[in-house]
Amino acid sequence: MAYDVIVIGGGPAGLSAAVNVRARGRSVLVVSNPLEENPLWKAERVDNYLGLPGLSGAELLERFQAHALQAGAEFRTGRVLNALAMGSDWYVSIGSDVESAKAIVLAGGVARAKKFPGEAEYLGKGVSYCATCDGMLYRNKPVAVVGYSESAKKEAEFLASIGCTVTYFDRPKQCEITGGEKAERLKCDGQTVEAACIFLLRPALAPTDVFPGIGMENGYVLVDRTMATNLPGVFAAGDCTGTPLQVSSAAGEGLVAGQSAAKYAAEQMK
Amino acid sequence: MALQHLTAEGFDEAISAAPLAMVDFWATWCGPCKILSPVVEKLAEEYDGKALVGKVDTDSEMSLAQRFGISAIPTLIFFKNGAELKRSVGVVSEDALKAILEENL
Repeated sequence: MAYDVIVIGGGPAGLSAAVNVRARGRSVLVVSNPLEENPLWKAERVDNYLGLPGLSGAELLERFQAHALQAGAEFRTGRVLNALAMGSDWYVSIGSDVESAKAIVLAGGVARAKKFPGEAEYLGKGVSYCATCDGMLYRNKPVAVVGYSESAKKEAEFLASIGCTVTYFDRPKQCEITGGEKAERLKCDGQTVEAACIFLLRPALAPTDVFPGIGMENGYVLVDRTMATNLPGVFAAGDCTGTPLQVSSAAGEGLVAGQSAAKYAAEQMK
Repeated sequence: MALQHLTAEGFDEAISAAPLAMVDFWATWCGPCKILSPVVEKLAEEYDGKALVGKVDTDSEMSLAQRFGISAIPTLIFFKNGAELKRSVGVVSEDALKAILEENL
């Protein structure tokens, strides 16, 4: 179905954006990992959120999500792999699904991990970010999965269920991919395996992988005061736009991005 | 010619008969492929009579996927007079695909 706005990320910035899109009477879909995989979930205590000191990260997230649900935001669990503009619509792929919207709010947090040596070189040549897309091409073959969450483990189980022989690396610190024309082996923290395909399942893709051509500065998405990026219809908020990586600034930026995206969507439909 | 759904049978004939061809290797379970689909369909209309634009379902046409060593989808392969010219892996913009087509018409 087509939405007015799709929000990528279900942390404070994304949920604040969703609440404020709804406040402008526009439809919104929030695509995110499960709430408990949000980095804020692990924060024992947050003391600088105005008016609500002493709550845990998990308590804050639950309240934020309940607020967005109550406001009428829709939710989808999954990772956004690609986004592509066509005419005045943005198409977004979530696993094997596609949704579209007039405007996007990117609030996927900080893509913490740097790319591994060999990763960019072999992407599409034996390195994949999408188990559901490319898994079937490797039925009855050995594959390696590098995962950082429970969702990644489920994707590895999916690969095993379709007949891949899976070696799973749980949150390795350092990996390296080597091969010839195609990737052939993966070395993680001293252990080396041969694999027909190497699936790298990080919690979030880098903004530049999802939105080719998006303006960046010092590793963060470049935005103006309205939280607009250089791509028409794409707004960004929260940790992906830079420091301070705090709940309050994320919620504030989410509000601005949500309002800007709602306004942009309304203009497209005139 | 509008968009062609190509199968192993007749693939070589169709590709070598076209001065320029763009073939999209895809599958139904692949979200990024679904994003690229409307772009491919649009280009099939736009380049009607100038280039062959086709699709290969890698699930039902595994032999073609293996023959061309498809390692990720979507993969677009461009052919000139039947010979592979270039390939592009992943989601790419309409403008980028048009640039390749224009360059090789």
